[in-house]
Amino acid sequence: MLTVTNLSVSYGAINAVDGVSFAVPAGAIVTLIGGNGAGKTTTLRALSGLLRARGGSVTFDSADITRLPPHEIVACGLGHVPEGRMIFANLTVDENLAMGAYLQRDRQRIAESRDYVFGIFPRLAERLRQSAGTLSGGEQQMLAIGRALMGRPKFLMLDEPSLGLAPRLVGTIFDQIQEINRSHGLTILLVEQNARLALEVSSHAHVLETGRIVISGPSTELRTDPRLKTAYLG
Amino acid sequence: MTEFLQQLVNGLSLGAIYALIALGYTMVYGVLRFINFAHSEVFMVGAMIAWKLGQYLPNGTLWGGLVVLAAAMAGCAVLGVTIERLVYRPLRGTATLNVLITAIGVSLLLQSVFQHPRVFGATPQLFPAVFPSKNFTFGGLAISSNQLVVITVAALLIVVLQLVIFRTRMGRAMRAVALNPSAAQLVGVNLNAVISFTFALGSALAGAGGVLYALNYPSVEPLMGVMPGLKAFVAAVLGGIGSIPGAALGGLILGTIETLVGGSATLSTYKDAIAFAVLIFILLCRPTGLLGRAATEKV
Repeated sequence: MLTVTNLSVSYGAINAVDGVSFAVPAGAIVTLIGGNGAGKTTTLRALSGLLRARGGSVTFDSADITRLPPHEIVACGLGHVPEGRMIFANLTVDENLAMGAYLQRDRQRIAESRDYVFGIFPRLAERLRQSAGTLSGGEQQMLAIGRALMGRPKFLMLDEPSLGLAPRLVGTIFDQIQEINRSHGLTILLVEQNARLALEVSSHAHVLETGRIVISGPSTELRTDPRLKTAYLG
Repeated sequence: MTEFLQQLVNGLSLGAIYALIALGYTMVYGVLRFINFAHSEVFMVGAMIAWKLGQYLPNGTLWGGLVVLAAAMAGCAVLGVTIERLVYRPLRGTATLNVLITAIGVSLLLQSVFQHPRVFGATPQLFPAVFPSKNFTFGGLAISSNQLVVITVAALLIVVLQLVIFRTRMGRAMRAVALNPSAAQLVGVNLNAVISFTFALGSALAGAGGVLYALNYPSVEPLMGVMPGLKAFVAAVLGGIGSIPGAALGGLILGTIETLVGGSATLSTYKDAIAFAVLIFILLCRPTGLLGRAATEKV
Protein backbone atom coordinates (compact mmCIF):
# COMPACT_ATOMS: atom_id res chain seq x y z
CA MET A 1 0.00 0.00 0.00
CA LEU A 2 2.82 2.36 0.96
CA THR A 3 6.30 2.02 -0.45
CA VAL A 4 9.19 4.15 0.75
CA THR A 5 12.30 4.01 -1.40
CA ASN A 6 15.62 5.47 -0.38
CA LEU A 7 14.01 8.36 1.52
CA SER A 8 16.36 11.08 2.79
CA VAL A 9 15.45 14.13 4.82
CA SER A 10 17.85 16.73 6.13
CA TYR A 11 17.74 19.72 8.46
CA GLY A 12 20.34 22.02 6.94
CA ALA A 13 23.52 19.97 6.74
CA ILE A 14 22.32 17.22 9.07
CA ASN A 15 20.85 14.11 7.52
CA ALA A 16 18.09 13.12 9.91
CA VAL A 17 16.87 10.34 7.63
CA ASP A 18 19.42 8.81 5.30
CA GLY A 19 18.25 6.43 2.59
CA VAL A 20 15.41 4.64 4.34
CA SER A 21 13.40 2.01 2.42
CA PHE A 22 10.47 -0.06 3.61
CA ALA A 23 6.97 -1.08 2.58
CA VAL A 24 3.68 -1.34 4.42
CA PRO A 25 1.31 -3.92 2.90
CA ALA A 26 -2.45 -3.25 2.98
CA GLY A 27 -4.12 -4.32 6.21
CA ALA A 28 -0.89 -4.69 8.17
CA ILE A 29 0.47 -3.01 11.28
CA VAL A 30 4.11 -2.15 10.69
CA THR A 31 6.24 -0.44 13.29
CA LEU A 32 9.34 1.72 13.27
CA ILE A 33 11.26 1.49 16.52
CA GLY A 34 14.38 3.25 17.71
CA GLY A 35 15.71 5.63 20.32
CA ASN A 36 15.50 9.39 20.55
CA GLY A 37 16.72 11.18 17.45
CA ALA A 38 16.83 8.02 15.35
CA GLY A 39 14.69 9.70 12.66
CA LYS A 40 11.31 8.07 13.33
CA THR A 41 9.29 11.25 13.63
CA THR A 42 11.18 12.85 10.75
CA THR A 43 10.26 9.89 8.55
CA LEU A 44 6.56 10.25 9.37
CA ARG A 45 6.62 14.01 8.85
CA ALA A 46 8.20 13.50 5.45
CA LEU A 47 5.58 10.89 4.52
CA SER A 48 2.73 13.29 5.31
CA GLY A 49 4.44 16.17 3.49
CA LEU A 50 5.15 18.36 6.53
CA LEU A 51 8.86 18.00 5.71
CA ARG A 52 10.30 17.95 2.24
CA ALA A 53 12.26 14.88 1.22
CA ARG A 54 15.77 15.63 -0.03
CA GLY A 55 15.88 12.39 -1.98
CA GLY A 56 14.03 9.16 -2.61
CA SER A 57 10.37 8.56 -3.23
CA VAL A 58 7.13 7.65 -1.51
CA THR A 59 4.38 5.79 -3.36
CA PHE A 60 0.93 5.39 -1.88
CA ASP A 61 -1.67 3.25 -3.65
CA SER A 62 0.65 3.26 -6.67
CA ALA A 63 0.65 7.10 -6.87
CA ASP A 64 3.82 9.10 -6.27
CA ILE A 65 3.14 11.40 -3.31
CA THR A 66 6.73 12.45 -2.58
CA ARG A 67 6.32 16.08 -3.61
CA LEU A 68 2.67 16.65 -2.76
CA PRO A 69 1.70 19.26 -0.14
CA PRO A 70 0.24 17.88 3.12
CA HIS A 71 -3.41 18.67 2.36
CA GLU A 72 -3.26 16.67 -0.88
CA ILE A 73 -1.62 13.74 0.87
CA VAL A 74 -4.40 13.77 3.48
CA ALA A 75 -6.91 13.80 0.63
CA CYS A 76 -5.26 10.63 -0.76
CA GLY A 77 -6.30 8.85 2.46
CA LEU A 78 -3.17 9.07 4.56
CA GLY A 79 -3.86 10.04 8.18
CA HIS A 80 -1.22 11.14 10.68
CA VAL A 81 -1.54 11.34 14.47
CA PRO A 82 1.46 13.53 15.22
CA GLU A 83 3.93 13.35 18.05
CA GLY A 84 2.73 15.40 21.00
CA ARG A 85 -0.86 14.90 19.78
CA MET A 86 -1.26 18.50 18.53
CA ILE A 87 -4.93 18.76 19.32
CA PHE A 88 -6.52 22.21 18.97
CA ALA A 89 -6.35 23.08 22.66
CA ASN A 90 -8.70 26.08 22.59
CA LEU A 91 -11.42 24.25 20.67
CA THR A 92 -13.88 21.83 22.22
CA VAL A 93 -13.66 18.07 21.68
CA ASP A 94 -16.59 18.37 19.29
CA GLU A 95 -14.88 21.12 17.26
CA ASN A 96 -11.65 19.13 17.13
CA LEU A 97 -13.51 16.17 15.65
CA ALA A 98 -15.29 18.47 13.20
CA MET A 99 -11.89 19.84 12.12
CA GLY A 100 -10.76 16.26 11.52
CA ALA A 101 -13.53 15.93 8.94
CA TYR A 102 -12.40 19.15 7.22
CA LEU A 103 -12.13 17.50 3.79
CA GLN A 104 -15.32 15.46 4.15
CA ARG A 105 -18.38 17.00 2.50
CA ASP A 106 -21.00 14.34 3.08
CA ARG A 107 -22.85 15.05 6.36
CA GLN A 108 -24.20 11.52 6.55
CA ARG A 109 -20.69 10.10 6.33
CA ILE A 110 -19.37 12.57 8.91
CA ALA A 111 -22.11 11.49 11.33
CA GLU A 112 -21.13 7.85 10.72
CA SER A 113 -17.49 8.65 11.41
CA ARG A 114 -18.43 10.31 14.68
CA ASP A 115 -20.41 7.28 15.79
CA TYR A 116 -17.49 5.08 14.84
CA VAL A 117 -15.04 7.22 16.86
CA PHE A 118 -17.39 7.25 19.88
CA GLY A 119 -17.67 3.47 19.59
CA ILE A 120 -13.92 3.17 19.94
CA PHE A 121 -13.44 5.91 22.53
CA PRO A 122 -16.71 6.33 24.48
CA ARG A 123 -14.85 8.75 26.76
CA LEU A 124 -14.81 11.35 23.98
CA ALA A 125 -18.61 11.31 23.74
CA GLU A 126 -18.78 12.25 27.43
CA ARG A 127 -16.41 15.17 26.95
CA LEU A 128 -17.89 16.71 23.79
CA ARG A 129 -18.38 20.27 25.09
CA GLN A 130 -15.15 20.35 27.05
CA SER A 131 -12.23 22.41 25.84
CA ALA A 132 -9.66 19.96 24.47
CA GLY A 133 -6.79 21.57 26.40
CA THR A 134 -8.41 20.53 29.69
CA LEU A 135 -8.49 16.81 28.82
CA SER A 136 -6.11 14.38 30.48
CA GLY A 137 -3.11 13.16 28.48
CA GLY A 138 -4.82 9.87 27.65
CA GLU A 139 -8.01 11.58 26.55
CA GLN A 140 -6.01 13.96 24.39
CA GLN A 141 -4.38 10.97 22.71
CA MET A 142 -7.83 9.45 22.10
CA LEU A 143 -8.95 12.74 20.63
CA ALA A 144 -5.89 12.97 18.38
CA ILE A 145 -6.60 9.46 17.03
CA GLY A 146 -10.33 10.22 16.78
CA ARG A 147 -9.64 13.41 14.86
CA ALA A 148 -7.47 11.52 12.36
CA LEU A 149 -10.18 8.85 11.95
CA MET A 150 -12.75 11.57 11.16
CA GLY A 151 -10.81 12.14 7.93
CA ARG A 152 -11.63 8.54 6.86
CA PRO A 153 -8.04 7.52 6.18
CA LYS A 154 -7.10 4.29 4.42
CA PHE A 155 -3.74 4.39 6.11
CA LEU A 156 -2.94 5.73 9.56
CA MET A 157 0.42 6.80 10.96
CA LEU A 158 0.70 6.97 14.75
CA ASP A 159 3.64 8.77 16.33
CA GLU A 160 4.41 7.65 19.90
CA PRO A 161 0.83 7.09 21.06
CA SER A 162 2.10 5.77 24.42
CA LEU A 163 4.24 8.80 25.24
CA GLY A 164 3.60 10.20 28.70
CA LEU A 165 0.56 8.02 29.42
CA ALA A 166 -0.19 5.97 32.52
CA PRO A 167 0.48 2.25 31.87
CA ARG A 168 -3.20 1.32 32.18
CA LEU A 169 -4.13 3.88 29.53
CA VAL A 170 -1.37 2.69 27.23
CA GLY A 171 -3.03 -0.73 27.28
CA THR A 172 -6.42 0.78 26.36
CA ILE A 173 -5.01 2.84 23.52
CA PHE A 174 -3.09 -0.10 22.05
CA ASP A 175 -6.13 -2.40 22.30
CA GLN A 176 -8.11 0.18 20.34
CA ILE A 177 -5.35 0.58 17.75
CA GLN A 178 -5.49 -3.18 17.10
CA GLU A 179 -9.27 -3.04 17.04
CA ILE A 180 -9.25 -0.27 14.41
CA ASN A 181 -6.89 -2.36 12.32
CA ARG A 182 -8.96 -5.55 12.65
CA SER A 183 -12.49 -4.21 12.31
CA HIS A 184 -11.88 -1.71 9.52
CA GLY A 185 -8.85 -3.21 7.87
CA LEU A 186 -7.10 0.12 8.38
CA THR A 187 -3.40 -0.16 7.56
CA ILE A 188 -1.21 1.24 10.33
CA LEU A 189 2.34 2.52 10.56
CA LEU A 190 3.29 2.82 14.20
CA VAL A 191 6.26 4.69 15.58
CA GLU A 192 7.17 3.73 19.14
CA GLN A 193 9.91 4.03 21.67
CA ASN A 194 8.32 1.26 23.68
CA ALA A 195 9.71 -1.54 21.51
CA ARG A 196 8.20 -4.40 23.51
CA LEU A 197 4.70 -3.04 23.05
CA ALA A 198 5.25 -2.18 19.39
CA LEU A 199 6.50 -5.68 18.60
CA GLU A 200 3.46 -7.22 20.30
CA VAL A 201 0.91 -5.49 18.08
CA SER A 202 2.76 -5.34 14.76
CA SER A 203 3.45 -7.91 12.08
CA HIS A 204 6.66 -6.35 10.79
CA ALA A 205 9.19 -4.04 12.39
CA HIS A 206 12.10 -1.88 11.30
CA VAL A 207 14.71 -0.57 13.69
CA LEU A 208 16.05 2.91 12.98
CA GLU A 209 19.40 4.14 14.20
CA THR A 210 20.79 7.57 13.31
CA GLY A 211 18.60 7.86 10.24
CA ARG A 212 19.16 4.38 8.81
CA ILE A 213 17.26 1.11 9.05
CA VAL A 214 19.62 -1.33 10.76
CA ILE A 215 17.36 -4.32 11.44
CA SER A 216 14.15 -5.42 9.69
CA GLY A 217 11.98 -8.47 10.04
CA PRO A 218 8.77 -10.08 11.24
CA SER A 219 7.93 -8.85 14.74
CA THR A 220 7.76 -12.38 16.16
CA GLU A 221 11.39 -12.91 15.19
CA LEU A 222 12.59 -9.52 16.38
CA ARG A 223 11.02 -10.11 19.79
CA THR A 224 13.72 -12.68 20.47
CA ASP A 225 16.48 -11.09 18.41
CA PRO A 226 19.57 -10.75 20.63
CA ARG A 227 20.57 -7.47 18.94
CA LEU A 228 17.32 -5.86 20.07
CA LYS A 229 17.37 -7.44 23.46
CA THR A 230 20.26 -5.40 24.82
CA ALA A 231 19.48 -2.04 23.25
CA TYR A 232 15.68 -1.83 23.13
CA LEU A 233 14.02 -4.57 25.10
CA GLY A 234 16.09 -4.14 28.27
CA MET B 1 -20.53 67.16 29.06
CA THR B 2 -21.48 67.93 25.46
CA GLU B 3 -17.84 68.61 24.78
CA PHE B 4 -16.95 65.21 26.23
CA LEU B 5 -19.62 63.40 24.17
CA GLN B 6 -18.49 65.26 21.08
CA GLN B 7 -14.92 64.09 21.58
CA LEU B 8 -16.17 60.60 22.28
CA VAL B 9 -17.93 60.50 18.90
CA ASN B 10 -14.81 61.85 17.19
CA GLY B 11 -12.76 59.29 19.08
CA LEU B 12 -14.99 56.43 18.06
CA SER B 13 -14.69 57.28 14.39
CA LEU B 14 -10.91 57.53 14.61
CA GLY B 15 -10.81 54.36 16.73
CA ALA B 16 -12.93 52.50 14.17
CA ILE B 17 -10.29 53.25 11.55
CA TYR B 18 -7.48 52.07 13.83
CA ALA B 19 -9.51 48.95 14.50
CA LEU B 20 -9.81 48.17 10.78
CA ILE B 21 -6.05 48.44 10.29
CA ALA B 22 -5.27 46.61 13.54
CA LEU B 23 -7.34 43.61 12.38
CA GLY B 24 -4.93 43.05 9.49
CA TYR B 25 -1.90 43.08 11.77
CA THR B 26 -3.48 40.70 14.19
CA MET B 27 -4.79 38.24 11.58
CA VAL B 28 -1.45 37.95 9.83
CA TYR B 29 0.24 37.53 13.19
CA GLY B 30 -2.29 34.85 14.07
CA VAL B 31 -1.46 32.62 11.12
CA LEU B 32 2.22 33.47 10.50
CA ARG B 33 3.48 34.79 13.86
CA PHE B 34 5.07 37.82 12.31
CA ILE B 35 4.27 41.53 12.08
CA ASN B 36 3.62 42.70 8.55
CA PHE B 37 5.19 46.15 8.69
CA ALA B 38 4.16 46.83 5.10
CA HIS B 39 0.55 46.86 6.28
CA SER B 40 0.57 50.63 6.85
CA GLU B 41 1.56 51.13 3.21
CA VAL B 42 -1.31 48.91 2.07
CA PHE B 43 -3.50 51.36 3.98
CA MET B 44 -1.85 54.25 2.10
CA VAL B 45 -2.35 52.52 -1.26
CA GLY B 46 -6.04 52.08 -0.41
CA ALA B 47 -6.37 55.83 0.05
CA MET B 48 -4.42 56.42 -3.19
CA ILE B 49 -6.68 54.14 -5.22
CA ALA B 50 -9.70 55.98 -3.85
CA TRP B 51 -8.09 59.36 -4.54
CA LYS B 52 -7.42 58.42 -8.17
CA LEU B 53 -10.81 56.86 -8.79
CA GLY B 54 -12.58 59.74 -7.01
CA GLN B 55 -11.40 62.05 -9.77
CA TYR B 56 -13.36 60.13 -12.40
CA LEU B 57 -16.55 59.50 -10.48
CA PRO B 58 -19.20 62.08 -9.64
CA ASN B 59 -18.50 63.16 -6.06
CA GLY B 60 -20.96 63.37 -3.23
CA THR B 61 -23.06 60.31 -4.10
CA LEU B 62 -23.49 57.26 -1.95
CA TRP B 63 -23.06 54.80 -4.83
CA GLY B 64 -19.93 56.61 -5.99
CA GLY B 65 -18.48 56.43 -2.50
CA LEU B 66 -19.25 52.74 -2.22
CA VAL B 67 -17.72 52.01 -5.62
CA VAL B 68 -14.55 53.84 -4.57
CA LEU B 69 -14.51 51.94 -1.28
CA ALA B 70 -15.00 48.57 -2.96
CA ALA B 71 -12.31 49.30 -5.54
CA ALA B 72 -9.80 50.33 -2.87
CA MET B 73 -10.55 47.17 -0.88
CA ALA B 74 -10.20 44.93 -3.93
CA GLY B 75 -6.98 46.67 -5.03
CA CYS B 76 -5.47 46.30 -1.57
CA ALA B 77 -6.48 42.65 -1.34
CA VAL B 78 -4.59 41.99 -4.57
CA LEU B 79 -1.62 44.01 -3.34
CA GLY B 80 -1.49 42.15 -0.01
CA VAL B 81 -1.69 38.73 -1.66
CA THR B 82 1.00 39.75 -4.17
CA ILE B 83 3.38 40.97 -1.45
CA GLU B 84 2.95 37.71 0.45
CA ARG B 85 3.39 35.58 -2.66
CA LEU B 86 6.46 37.40 -4.00
CA VAL B 87 8.26 38.41 -0.83
CA TYR B 88 7.17 36.61 2.34
CA ARG B 89 6.49 33.14 0.98
CA PRO B 90 10.03 32.51 -0.34
CA LEU B 91 11.30 33.51 3.12
CA ARG B 92 8.93 31.27 5.06
CA GLY B 93 10.82 28.92 7.33
CA THR B 94 13.76 31.28 7.73
CA ALA B 95 14.38 33.25 10.93
CA THR B 96 11.50 35.58 11.87
CA LEU B 97 13.89 38.50 12.02
CA ASN B 98 14.69 38.12 8.29
CA VAL B 99 11.01 38.33 7.41
CA LEU B 100 10.48 41.31 9.72
CA ILE B 101 13.32 43.27 8.17
CA THR B 102 12.05 42.37 4.71
CA ALA B 103 8.62 43.67 5.69
CA ILE B 104 10.18 46.99 6.66
CA GLY B 105 11.93 46.94 3.28
CA VAL B 106 8.63 46.44 1.44
CA SER B 107 7.16 49.29 3.46
CA LEU B 108 9.98 51.69 2.49
CA LEU B 109 9.82 50.50 -1.12
CA LEU B 110 6.12 51.33 -1.41
CA GLN B 111 6.64 54.75 0.20
CA SER B 112 9.47 55.55 -2.19
CA VAL B 113 7.64 54.34 -5.28
CA PHE B 114 4.70 56.61 -4.46
CA GLN B 115 7.05 59.54 -3.79
CA HIS B 116 8.22 59.35 -7.38
CA PRO B 117 6.70 62.31 -9.29
CA ARG B 118 5.45 60.01 -12.06
CA VAL B 119 3.52 57.92 -9.58
CA PHE B 120 2.26 60.46 -7.04
CA GLY B 121 4.98 62.75 -5.78
CA ALA B 122 5.74 64.03 -2.30
CA THR B 123 3.14 66.83 -2.14
CA PRO B 124 -0.08 66.07 -0.27
CA GLN B 125 -3.19 66.24 -2.45
CA LEU B 126 -6.74 67.03 -1.50
CA PHE B 127 -8.91 63.92 -1.17
CA PRO B 128 -12.19 64.26 -3.11
CA ALA B 129 -15.45 64.17 -1.17
CA VAL B 130 -16.53 60.83 -2.59
CA PHE B 131 -19.37 60.35 -0.12
CA PRO B 132 -22.20 62.88 0.32
CA SER B 133 -21.24 65.29 3.05
CA LYS B 134 -23.69 66.85 5.45
CA ASN B 135 -23.51 67.90 9.06
CA PHE B 136 -26.09 66.86 11.58
CA THR B 137 -26.63 68.21 15.04
CA PHE B 138 -28.16 66.15 17.80
CA GLY B 139 -28.63 68.32 20.86
CA GLY B 140 -25.30 70.05 21.02
CA LEU B 141 -23.45 67.27 19.17
CA ALA B 142 -22.13 67.91 15.68
CA ILE B 143 -21.80 64.74 13.66
CA SER B 144 -20.69 64.76 10.06
CA SER B 145 -21.99 62.28 7.53
CA ASN B 146 -18.38 61.21 7.01
CA GLN B 147 -18.15 60.16 10.64
CA LEU B 148 -21.35 58.20 10.24
CA VAL B 149 -19.95 56.53 7.12
CA VAL B 150 -16.76 55.64 9.00
CA ILE B 151 -18.55 54.15 11.99
CA THR B 152 -21.17 52.30 9.91
CA VAL B 153 -18.72 50.88 7.39
CA ALA B 154 -16.24 49.83 10.08
CA ALA B 155 -18.94 48.19 12.19
CA LEU B 156 -20.34 46.34 9.15
CA LEU B 157 -16.91 45.13 8.07
CA ILE B 158 -16.11 43.86 11.55
CA VAL B 159 -19.41 41.96 11.68
CA VAL B 160 -18.75 40.47 8.23
CA LEU B 161 -15.25 39.49 9.34
CA GLN B 162 -16.63 37.70 12.39
CA LEU B 163 -19.08 35.82 10.15
CA VAL B 164 -16.31 34.84 7.76
CA ILE B 165 -14.11 33.60 10.59
CA PHE B 166 -16.75 31.73 12.57
CA ARG B 167 -19.23 30.62 9.92
CA THR B 168 -17.26 29.69 6.82
CA ARG B 169 -15.02 26.78 5.94
CA MET B 170 -12.12 29.10 5.18
CA GLY B 171 -12.64 30.78 8.55
CA ARG B 172 -12.43 27.43 10.31
CA ALA B 173 -9.24 26.71 8.43
CA MET B 174 -7.81 30.09 9.48
CA ARG B 175 -8.56 29.42 13.11
CA ALA B 176 -7.02 25.97 12.87
CA VAL B 177 -3.83 27.38 11.33
CA ALA B 178 -3.65 30.05 14.02
CA LEU B 179 -3.91 27.37 16.72
CA ASN B 180 -1.46 24.89 15.19
CA PRO B 181 -0.26 25.07 11.57
CA SER B 182 1.04 21.49 11.44
CA ALA B 183 -2.11 19.99 12.91
CA ALA B 184 -4.21 22.09 10.52
CA GLN B 185 -2.30 20.71 7.56
CA LEU B 186 -2.74 17.16 8.85
CA VAL B 187 -6.52 17.49 8.76
CA GLY B 188 -6.27 18.66 5.15
CA VAL B 189 -6.06 22.45 5.38
CA ASN B 190 -4.23 24.06 2.45
CA LEU B 191 -1.76 26.29 4.28
CA ASN B 192 -0.85 28.52 1.35
CA ALA B 193 -4.49 29.14 0.49
CA VAL B 194 -5.23 30.12 4.09
CA ILE B 195 -2.28 32.48 4.20
CA SER B 196 -3.24 34.14 0.90
CA PHE B 197 -6.81 34.46 2.09
CA THR B 198 -5.67 36.04 5.37
CA PHE B 199 -3.57 38.60 3.52
CA ALA B 200 -6.45 39.38 1.16
CA LEU B 201 -8.86 39.88 4.05
CA GLY B 202 -6.49 41.93 6.21
CA SER B 203 -5.36 44.10 3.29
CA ALA B 204 -8.93 44.76 2.15
CA LEU B 205 -9.74 46.01 5.66
CA ALA B 206 -6.63 48.22 5.61
CA GLY B 207 -7.75 49.56 2.21
CA ALA B 208 -11.16 50.42 3.65
CA GLY B 209 -9.37 52.05 6.59
CA GLY B 210 -7.31 54.14 4.16
CA VAL B 211 -10.39 55.44 2.36
CA LEU B 212 -12.23 56.22 5.58
CA TYR B 213 -9.18 57.97 7.05
CA ALA B 214 -8.72 60.09 3.94
CA LEU B 215 -12.40 61.06 4.06
CA ASN B 216 -12.03 62.55 7.52
CA TYR B 217 -8.60 64.14 7.09
CA PRO B 218 -9.08 65.04 3.47
CA SER B 219 -5.58 64.74 2.06
CA VAL B 220 -3.39 61.92 0.76
CA GLU B 221 0.39 61.56 0.53
CA PRO B 222 2.85 58.65 0.40
CA LEU B 223 3.79 58.79 4.10
CA MET B 224 0.21 59.03 5.35
CA GLY B 225 0.24 55.39 6.46
CA VAL B 226 3.12 55.67 8.89
CA MET B 227 1.44 57.17 11.95
CA PRO B 228 -1.97 55.46 11.64
CA GLY B 229 -0.14 52.20 10.89
CA LEU B 230 1.97 52.53 14.00
CA LYS B 231 -1.05 53.42 16.12
CA ALA B 232 -3.00 50.48 14.74
CA PHE B 233 -0.08 48.20 15.50
CA VAL B 234 -0.13 49.56 19.05
CA ALA B 235 -3.88 48.93 19.14
CA ALA B 236 -3.38 45.33 18.06
CA VAL B 237 -0.76 44.75 20.76
CA LEU B 238 -2.90 46.56 23.32
CA GLY B 239 -5.86 44.32 22.60
CA GLY B 240 -3.68 41.20 22.56
CA ILE B 241 -1.89 40.40 19.31
CA GLY B 242 -3.55 37.48 17.53
CA SER B 243 -6.95 38.27 19.06
CA ILE B 244 -9.54 39.67 16.65
CA PRO B 245 -11.94 41.18 19.19
CA GLY B 246 -8.79 42.46 20.94
CA ALA B 247 -7.71 44.38 17.83
CA ALA B 248 -11.13 45.97 17.47
CA LEU B 249 -11.24 46.90 21.16
CA GLY B 250 -7.65 48.18 21.14
CA GLY B 251 -8.40 50.40 18.14
CA LEU B 252 -11.45 51.93 19.76
CA ILE B 253 -9.64 52.55 23.06
CA LEU B 254 -6.63 54.11 21.40
CA GLY B 255 -8.69 56.34 19.10
CA THR B 256 -10.87 57.50 21.98
CA ILE B 257 -7.97 58.28 24.31
CA GLU B 258 -6.11 60.10 21.57
CA THR B 259 -9.11 62.27 20.71
CA LEU B 260 -10.08 62.98 24.32
CA VAL B 261 -6.53 64.03 25.17
CA GLY B 262 -6.21 65.95 21.90
CA GLY B 263 -9.40 67.85 22.72
CA SER B 264 -8.11 69.14 26.00
CA ALA B 265 -6.39 72.51 25.74
CA THR B 266 -3.56 71.75 28.16
CA LEU B 267 -2.67 68.21 27.10
CA SER B 268 -3.25 68.20 23.36
CA THR B 269 0.44 68.45 22.48
CA TYR B 270 1.03 65.24 24.40
CA LYS B 271 -1.71 63.16 22.77
CA ASP B 272 0.63 60.65 21.12
CA ALA B 273 2.82 60.42 24.22
CA ILE B 274 -0.22 59.72 26.37
CA ALA B 275 -1.57 57.13 23.93
CA PHE B 276 1.72 55.24 24.03
CA ALA B 277 1.99 55.64 27.81
CA VAL B 278 -1.37 53.87 28.07
CA LEU B 279 0.04 51.05 25.96
CA ILE B 280 3.05 50.70 28.22
CA PHE B 281 0.87 50.75 31.33
CA ILE B 282 -1.55 48.12 30.00
CA LEU B 283 1.27 45.86 28.87
CA LEU B 284 2.93 46.16 32.28
CA CYS B 285 -0.30 45.01 33.92
CA ARG B 286 -1.30 42.49 31.26
CA PRO B 287 1.70 41.41 29.16
CA THR B 288 -0.51 39.51 26.69
CA GLY B 289 -2.74 42.55 26.05
CA LEU B 290 -6.35 43.05 27.06
CA LEU B 291 -7.85 39.99 25.36
CA GLY B 292 -4.69 38.09 24.48
CA ARG B 293 -4.11 34.60 25.75
CA ALA B 294 -0.80 33.23 26.86
CA ALA B 295 -0.01 30.13 24.85
CA THR B 296 0.15 27.10 27.10
CA GLU B 297 0.93 23.63 25.95
CA LYS B 298 0.12 20.49 27.80
CA VAL B 299 2.66 17.70 27.61
